[in-house]
Amino acid sequence: MSECVIPTLTSSEVVASKSVLPEGWKADLSNLKGLDLTQPMLELLRRSTSRLPQDVIDALVKGRDAEEEGSRAFNTLNDMVRNIILADGHVTPLCQDTGSIIVWVRHPFGLSQRAAKQQIRAAVVEATKRSWLRPNCVEALSGKNTGTNMDPFHEHHPSIHFEEWDKPEVEISVMQKGGGCENVGAQYRLPDATLGAGRDIKGVRKCIIDAVVKAQGQGCSPGILGVAIGGDRVTSYEKSKELILRKLGTSNPDPKMDAFEKEIVNDLNTLGIGPMGYGGNTTVLGVMAEEMYRHPASFYVSISYMCWSSRRGSITLKTNGEVSFD
Amino acid sequence: MIRLTTPITEDQIRQLKVGDEVLLNGRVVLSRDMGHKYMKEQKPEWLKPILENMVIYHCGPVVKKNEDGTWSFVAAGPTTSIREEPYQADVIDTYKVRGVIGKGGMGKKTSEGLQKTGAVYLHATGGAGSLLAERCKRVVDVKMLEEFGSPEAFWIIEVEDFPLVVTMDSHGGSLHEIVAQKSQERAKVLTA
Repeated sequence: MSECVIPTLTSSEVVASKSVLPEGWKADLSNLKGLDLTQPMLELLRRSTSRLPQDVIDALVKGRDAEEEGSRAFNTLNDMVRNIILADGHVTPLCQDTGSIIVWVRHPFGLSQRAAKQQIRAAVVEATKRSWLRPNCVEALSGKNTGTNMDPFHEHHPSIHFEEWDKPEVEISVMQKGGGCENVGAQYRLPDATLGAGRDIKGVRKCIIDAVVKAQGQGCSPGILGVAIGGDRVTSYEKSKELILRKLGTSNPDPKMDAFEKEIVNDLNTLGIGPMGYGGNTTVLGVMAEEMYRHPASFYVSISYMCWSSRRGSITLKTNGEVSFD
Repeated sequence: MIRLTTPITEDQIRQLKVGDEVLLNGRVVLSRDMGHKYMKEQKPEWLKPILENMVIYHCGPVVKKNEDGTWSFVAAGPTTSIREEPYQADVIDTYKVRGVIGKGGMGKKTSEGLQKTGAVYLHATGGAGSLLAERCKRVVDVKMLEEFGSPEAFWIIEVEDFPLVVTMDSHGGSLHEIVAQKSQERAKVLTA
């Protein structure tokens, strides 16, 4: 069971051949009113649920190769790679917790958000019918499952963020955020006397270390952290999630933050929590931090923890009709 | 590697130690948040013959209904077990459960329950939904599907060579406690 598994995924041709988009499907952005996002959204979900982004796979392999061969940490990371290959090959969910579906839509002037919302919801219903998504939307108190992933109030699930931008393209990003990792997210208010954390970068660092130690393996480590510094209770948490969309191995545009991220990743990987909390050198795959503005009286540090199976993806509909996936 | 087949005797369980790697075979019963609350509060009799000397799996699978009306598991990895901490020890004792499969480990109350009744906590790789679904060979039955919904229902399945690690044994040992302690000590050094 301990030989190094090579993560070879199916080729882009094979992925394209399994697409739900009819061959030659083109987006007509000259007619935004007539644009139907249902099929592209469904294809995006098909990919995000079954195919892990390459940067995440690379980080897992790097982690595995840093563990002692045959150790529990090594074998666990190896099993994660095996799982990635299987899910991709079968086009089945990487994880049974297909998560809460969080969507970001960026669009030019003229797109109807109301129509787009309906189309995205229709795609989520269809993906659930096809067993690409587990029905993960239940009534808070009774626990009653709607069975379709639809929140009847059209508010909470799927969670859709819209932003109008200057570009002519339409971009949709999706994140499938599992419940286990969501539960180990944390929000701190600085100063924090218990942690001895003040209102500075050292204080922020203490919060991050505390959150990772408290999470242990329960968020399915090695995790990826989004850390928002500032904002209010809502915007800070929201930002911390959005940060997880950034690719691993890319630099933070803020050089100070970039240095901080690299340093804290190294520190966290000396905690010894390891994959699934079994012990080992790979506790996190990356940290993405961003500074925001805040009210002078409030200083929040919000941390979103993403599991190793960081399912995210985006689709861009271009003016020439082309559709690209990332 | 230790091969175990359910039903399991208390004697077999008492021999297991933290760190043992186990391949599990036979029947396993899925249950998570709603099921555990229900078992602790209502102690339904009908579950007794289903759970005695058996193994509970903390899992909410992605399922597919086949054309002939049978079910298949499409993705079936473990869910975080600590949410069942308020219920687990009582469930183990009431139903004489011999093992609990999950991820992330459990706390002191469960550890005491494992020691008292003679049961172990078996850790499966979280997120390995595809890999583990391949080892879930057959869905035998499902209970409370209507009431709880598919992620929470009691799925009774047969597994083959289901790969697990004993991370909490029936003698008070817990790998999770050891890793947690070490990481807390290291964190103190890092933040000094």
